[in-house]
Amino acid sequence: MTPRILGAVAARVLNQLRHDHRTMAMLLLVPMLLMTLLWWMFQDVGTVFDRFGPAMLAMFPFIIMFLVTSVTTLRERSSGTLERLLAMPTGKVDFLGGYAVAFGVVAAVQSALAVALCVWVLDLDLAGPAWMLTVVAVGDALLGTALGLFVSAFARTEFQAVQFMPAVVIPQILLCGLFVPRDQLPRVLEVVSDVLPLSYAVDAMNNVAATASDAFAGVDPEVWTDLVVIGGFVLGLLLLGAATLRRRTA
Amino acid sequence: MSNTPVVDVRNLVVDRGRTRAVRDVSFVVPEGQVMGLLGPSGCGKSTLMRAVVGVQIVTSGSVTVLGLPAGSAGLRDRVGYVTQAPSVYDDLTVAENLKFYARVLGVSSAEVERCVGAVDLTAHSDKVVNQLSGGQRSRVSLAVALLGEPDLLVLDEPTVGLDPVLRRDLWALFHRLAEQGTAVFVSSHVMDEAERCDRLLLMREGEILADDSPDELLARTGADDVEDAFLMLVEKGAVA
Repeated sequence: MTPRILGAVAARVLNQLRHDHRTMAMLLLVPMLLMTLLWWMFQDVGTVFDRFGPAMLAMFPFIIMFLVTSVTTLRERSSGTLERLLAMPTGKVDFLGGYAVAFGVVAAVQSALAVALCVWVLDLDLAGPAWMLTVVAVGDALLGTALGLFVSAFARTEFQAVQFMPAVVIPQILLCGLFVPRDQLPRVLEVVSDVLPLSYAVDAMNNVAATASDAFAGVDPEVWTDLVVIGGFVLGLLLLGAATLRRRTA
Repeated sequence: MSNTPVVDVRNLVVDRGRTRAVRDVSFVVPEGQVMGLLGPSGCGKSTLMRAVVGVQIVTSGSVTVLGLPAGSAGLRDRVGYVTQAPSVYDDLTVAENLKFYARVLGVSSAEVERCVGAVDLTAHSDKVVNQLSGGQRSRVSLAVALLGEPDLLVLDEPTVGLDPVLRRDLWALFHRLAEQGTAVFVSSHVMDEAERCDRLLLMREGEILADDSPDELLARTGADDVEDAFLMLVEKGAVA
């Protein structure tokens, strides 16, 4: 790993986003608009927003970063820039790490805005500290980035890359506990949901919202455990992603 | 000048899928020369160049670059490579592209200006690449390959679609670089570019037909130009 190169990749990815005003605006505003919509939907039916809000905050960074990353890295593979970088002194970790850092930064800004809106404007009821929601959101974004990097290896076109979203992401949304609490799923599906990363992301958000603690900076220990699991998934997926980056191809 | 060639290819065989793209090819690229690789499209030029850069999985044979196996970690900042499709970021400016690759290579930002100037894009330095013409884009890609003054430049059809004036200027640049000691290995499917090379490899269907200087080639075959020489060699091969 070369920190100079990792930093160069991260700065370049952010620079590309900076040129793309429309994508930038969508990345930052769409989650806020959707949270507002959710809040509005449940206006007349009690405290449902408090129940679904945190899970939605977990989902946005995961889904959005998954899509953005799988398309951008696919572009990098098909334009030859990846091959060029790997023919230069770039390490695989520099490349993957650069993307993770860049999208981690975007996710931090994105979720800070969404969390601020939920807590201060939409009155999301929160037992734990609000900043922890942003920390979890960054973890979720890294999860999406790592998964996107990995699956982009199996797509030949951007069209195919986008199709991975229903294939890889929607089952995780269905099983993450949002629709049916995970412990009430049929046993087989409960076991499946135990090995899906988004389940831990949603659990972490729900725990921040529902519980507080005197120790651990006011964060329930469960949340830290979930974060460790998320971190493990991120590392594992990045390693799988690194295995798909080849300096030599047929 | 040392006697070890910059590139030493021995009995190289490359299969791509079921087709044999490169068939038992051996040649050397000496230091300080512009070596041309000429042949029709689809004859295996790009595959051969990829093998020299070390991004191609080869079936058998050896490719040694600057004394190391092609693609070795020690070569990654000593070999500049330009693919046919420009490998630069369309959504960044010319200068931003160059600055990024300069940071990856760890070369100074003064290099950025020098390389943009070398391909005559200084006036377009702040333009986003997707607003440039095809020829300008491939020059951005070429500028990236010049960063850090590599010992070997591998250029896959760098002059395709360029205006004749620019083409002449680029060939002059290749010769200037060669005079400074760089080995330039450049491919083209346009036979009239052959006369601009110090040495020529003629390639067809994965095989090398000739490895000569342009003058030697014409003298040996008795042809008027390289295109004729190519035809004569193909027909002679068909008889034998």
